[in-house]
Formats: sequence, C-alpha cells, structure tokens
Amino acid sequence: MSPADQYPRPKGGHDLILNAIGMSMVFGGLVALNGVNLSIERDSVTALIGPNGSGKTTFFNCVTGIYKPTRGDVILYPAANLPSISLKGLPADVITQRGLARTFQNIRLFNNLTVLENVLIGRHCRMEAGLWGALTRNKKTRAEEAAGIEYSFDLLVTYGLDAMANELAKNLPYGDQRRLEIVRALATEPKVLLLDEPAAGLNISETAALRDLITHIREREKVSILLIEHDMSLVMNVSKKIYVFDYGRLIAEGPPEEIQRDPKVIKAYLGED
Amino acid sequence: MSVIRQDVSLASIFWSELKSALLATLWMCLLAFPLMTLTINPTEKTFIFSLERMPYLAGGTFVLSILWRFFLKRRAFQGITKAVHQSGGLPEDLTKGPKPTWVTVVMGLRHKRLGFFLLLAFTIVLPFVSSPYTVNIMVTALIYVTLGLGLNVVVGVSGLLNLGYIAFYAIGAYTYALLNHYFGLSFWVCLPLGALTATLMGLLLGFPVIRLSGDYLAIVTLSFGEITRLVLNNLEVTRGPRGISYIKPASFFGIDLNAAPKEFLIKWLGVDPSMDINKIFTYFIILALVILTIVCVFRLENSRLGRAWLAMREDEIACQAMGINRTRAKLTAFALGSTWAGLAGVVFASHITFINPASFSFLGSILILSIVVLGGMGSIPGVILGAIVISALPEQLRFFSQYRMLLFGALMVLMMVFRPGGLIQSTRVVHIHKTKGNGQARLKALTGAPKPKTGGYS
Repeated sequence: MSPADQYPRPKGGHDLILNAIGMSMVFGGLVALNGVNLSIERDSVTALIGPNGSGKTTFFNCVTGIYKPTRGDVILYPAANLPSISLKGLPADVITQRGLARTFQNIRLFNNLTVLENVLIGRHCRMEAGLWGALTRNKKTRAEEAAGIEYSFDLLVTYGLDAMANELAKNLPYGDQRRLEIVRALATEPKVLLLDEPAAGLNISETAALRDLITHIREREKVSILLIEHDMSLVMNVSKKIYVFDYGRLIAEGPPEEIQRDPKVIKAYLGED
Repeated sequence: MSVIRQDVSLASIFWSELKSALLATLWMCLLAFPLMTLTINPTEKTFIFSLERMPYLAGGTFVLSILWRFFLKRRAFQGITKAVHQSGGLPEDLTKGPKPTWVTVVMGLRHKRLGFFLLLAFTIVLPFVSSPYTVNIMVTALIYVTLGLGLNVVVGVSGLLNLGYIAFYAIGAYTYALLNHYFGLSFWVCLPLGALTATLMGLLLGFPVIRLSGDYLAIVTLSFGEITRLVLNNLEVTRGPRGISYIKPASFFGIDLNAAPKEFLIKWLGVDPSMDINKIFTYFIILALVILTIVCVFRLENSRLGRAWLAMREDEIACQAMGINRTRAKLTAFALGSTWAGLAGVVFASHITFINPASFSFLGSILILSIVVLGGMGSIPGVILGAIVISALPEQLRFFSQYRMLLFGALMVLMMVFRPGGLIQSTRVVHIHKTKGNGQARLKALTGAPKPKTGGYS
C-alpha cells in the first residue's frame, strides 16, 4: 500500500483496480441504480449481466462520467505502488485520462473520419500539442504527430484493421466497426476497459473471435475488463467474476459456476414458477 | 429489394411519374391562380381577369416537374445499385481510397503543385491587367473566402451551427473604423486589434453556449448577431445608422500609391489609368490574408485540436469518452472562427471606407453559411470555390436583374438535392504506413488460437 493512499485498499487478498461503492442514480422519480457495490480485480475480466433495463449501461455511464451519480464513489487503484484516485464527480474526459476507456452499446464511431483518425482521436488524451503547435507545426508537434500515427498504425496492424486505415469508419462492415471501437478505446492506454455489449449483432464465429480478442487484451495489454453482455456462453467463458443486476440492484455476485446455479439469477432471467 | 424487381416495368414507372407531374402542375396552377390571372388596371381602378398566362405556367411546371422526377429517379436508382453492390461484400478496392470524382481528376495529385503555382501567378497578375471593377469584385470575393474559411472552422469542422457570424465581422470592421475615427490608429495597428476583439467576443459568446448544441445554438447565435447589429445601430459612439465614413485605407509605409508608383505602373505594366492603386494594395493584403488563412485552417484541421473538433462534430458523447475536453474544444472553435471574421472585417472597413450597421444584416450570416454549405462542409477548396461563386454569381446574374435572388434560391435547392456534400466534398488526409504489417494474418493468429501465447504480436 502506498503511504499516500487516500482510500485504503480493501483487505482480503484481492488486488483491486477499480472499486465502485454505493452507486445510486435517480432520474426524476425513477431509481435506475440503487446502492450498487462493484469491484474489478486487476488483470481480470469481470462481467456485468442482467435483464434489459436493469441499470447496467447506467452504471457504465456513472462510472465513466457521462452521468453524475446521485450517490456513491468510484475509486481507481492505478497500480500497486501508486496512490488511489477518486473518480467521483470528474468529467468524462478526465476519467478517460485517468485510465478508464469504454465502448458503446450502439456503436459510436466518428463515421465521417478515417479508421486511422478514429484511433488517433483515441490518442488525444496522451498527446499534448495545442493551438500554437498546430499553427506553427514545430519540431515537437511533428514528432508527436508522427509518434501518434505510428502508435495507431501498430494498434490497427495488431487488430487486423490496417488494410482499411484510410477508409471512412462508416464504410466498414459491422463486425469491423465493433472491433474498431475497441481499438479506439485501447488507444487511450486504459487501465480498465469497459465494454458495453461488444457481441451484440455478431454471429457465432465473430463472437468466438471476440472472446479471443478479450483474452488477448487482458493477457497481453494488461488491461482489466468490465464487460456488459447478454451472450451467456461468452460471459461464462471469459469472466472471472460476474455481477448480476436487476431493477437497479445487485442481486448476485460470484464466479460463473455459482452464478449459473443461483436461484435469484434464474428468477430474474426466467421469472417465477 | 422489391424496388428493383423485374416485374416493375419501365412503362408503369413512366405512367406513375406522368401522373405525379400532372398533379404537381394542377397544384401549382391552383396555388398561383390569383397571382397569374388577376391584374389591376390602375387608371380605371378595376381588376382584369385573364387566363392567357395560365398555359405557360402549366406547361413550364409540367416540363420542370418531369425533369425533376427523372433526375431524382435516376439518382435513387444509382443509390440502390450501389447498396446492392456493397451488400454483396466488400468491394475489392477498399484500400485504394475514395473513388475519383471530376474534382479529384481535375486537381490530380500529379499536377497539384503546378496547378497551385499557376493559380497563385494568376491571382498576382490579375489586378495589373484588369479593370478597377474586376479588382473591386475580387477584393469582395476574397473577403468572403476568408469569412467562409473562418465559418468553416465553426460549422464545417466543429459542427456548431453559427447563424450570427456576421457579428464578428462587424466587430472587426467597427474596431478599425472607431479606432481610426477617434484615435487615428492605422490599419496595421488595427488588424491584430480587430482580430483580437473578435476573438474575445467569440469567447464571450462561447461561454453561455457551451451547453447548447443544434437548434438551440443556432437560435442563440442568431440573436447574438441581431443584438450586435442593434447595439451598433443605437450607440452614440458608433454614430448609429449614419455609420462611420472616411475610414482610411491601408497605407503602404506612408507612401501615396496614387502618385509616383501609379505613373510607374501605368508606364511599365500597362495598368488601367483609371485604377485606384490603393485598391490593388488592398487586394494584395486580402490575398495574403487568404493564403495565411488557408495554411492555418489546413494545419488546424490535421492537428490534435482539429481532430478534437471533428470528433465533437461527429459524436459529442464519444468525443468526451475519448478524453476530449468538449468545453475547451467548443470555445477554441468559436473563438478561432471569429478571429478570421475580425481580420476580414478590418480589411472590409479599409476597403469600402464607409460602414454602417446595415452592412452587417442577418442576410450576411446566411450568405456566409451558404458559402460553406454550397462549397462543401469542412472542405477548404470547396469553401474557396463556394465563396467565389456566391460573391461573383450575383454580378453575373445582373442580366436577370430582379429574378436573380430567385435563381440563386433555385440553385441552392438543386445543389442540396443533387450534391448535398457541396461543390467539392471534403476528403480526409491519407496516411501511408511505413512498415507494411500483415494485419489480417496477425488477427487470424490472434483469434484463431484460443490462447495466443506465441503469436506474432510484439
């Protein structure tokens, strides 16, 4: 534990990277999230499941700063030797800079920009050039720009999108668009990657490829992943721990085997007898 | 798709189109009935009813309607064949970039540099071989080019609909006019001051509109434009609607250009003797400004800041999720866009030497917006062409005198239907990877094996 640790790490031997405590979100009279606790272990895939409207995406939006949660706190432990940071109340762009990146349920690419530019925009928060640099194009800016392009190309090569680097994002096939969104999020050099239904609309073989991709990102890029997904075979295969939401509440948490047998989860998904 | 099934014969399409055209004709005749049949006889103060103009109206409407339908149909059909082609898998040439259009062929990469130098040479020689009238039109056109490129940063690149852009132009012009009128400051001092004032006003307007986008932003900026005009109209300092006259033109190191240099130019270069050499000087100032603007806008567009603007235009939520500070991006776009309006305003004031609030009406904002839309949102050559077309076209259409605004409107409608991306659509810069990696193979290695422990990934 770092001496400057403002938020003490939970005991119990788990090395956490993100800890959300008592997250609540109220829209008018509607309680979308009700005091949810969720933690992500370092270098693991954690899944978040639940019926439609159970508050999964709301939770994502609260954690990534798109919404301001009504109550609750999110604490990030960037590394074992670095002090922890509270992400409470920070705007979305600062949260991304701190190391959280996300994809969206409905693909939100920059459609009229090229694939490479999409990834370069992901690099935005890791670059520095401002107005002056842009206008003068001094040595530092040019070097930074070249490095950014190189980094983005490397990512595209790794994830098999380099052949389409100069194509507009909207012209990509659906599966590639999903992959590009993940690559764009990876370009921000995240510590935690939040994937919102990445398998939606993919066929069986594409989903299998996605599963390998997720494993690859966790193992090679050392990125911890929080996954919202309805595809149960994917969830059960990749995740170490699963959280189940229903009506904005956390109804179950545990490893996949336990969740599959949990009567509360079965009830939430299939209804009562 | 049922639309292109074989059983939909050409004949049935033809008859249905004919029917629609007849209906349109009937509708037009009904609408225009009172306009076309009734005339007033002023001497006898009576209405004259005559149907003799109706056949012309009907015939004209019918022919135009048929043509209109034909082109729309053709366009729709082309769209369908393209969609069918694409749904059959990816086209082969996906890596080769966009398909060449007439513009890319004309401005082919090989001759781009040559074309650029020819254009530059032409613009430099132009004032020495043409009439004062042409130079005047060219100065106006180049002012519009600057304005168009400035607004392009706000509307085309950042996607913020600004309907009050003319206000910043007015602020630039009045900055020079007032400082020159009351304090006798020169053009060269006021040029940066005007730009600075406009930038600050852009920031000032930027703060309240940070949270707004789309329609709301359009309304607020529209009001800002009107408020600025009304303030200028009612202030004592600005002399209200009387405006400010005898604004000094830009000086060339204090030398009277219409004396010795003029004689030299007439004698050695054969310049039109009726030419005001100050106008030629203004022309070169605005030309330099346009070149500066082009360089700046191009550099901005392909920089970290420019990409943040583009991302904001494409998707406000995704841009924040990518770590872009939306507030800062919006403010810089607003402020920088206004800078060029300020610069253009100072040149405008020195060019026509008399300004009043009527020069900065709402129509001006719309005109600059049409330059951006007509030329092509986000496209630098498009906006330049758009500005020249919009400022020169009314001059060319003088022949049609009172109908020219009507023709102008019709032209805009046609453009939006048949070429919604503008005259020259914006294209993105192509980056070529230095070390060609075999991404597809790598991906296969990555996703083919369940645990890619020894994959080609570095």
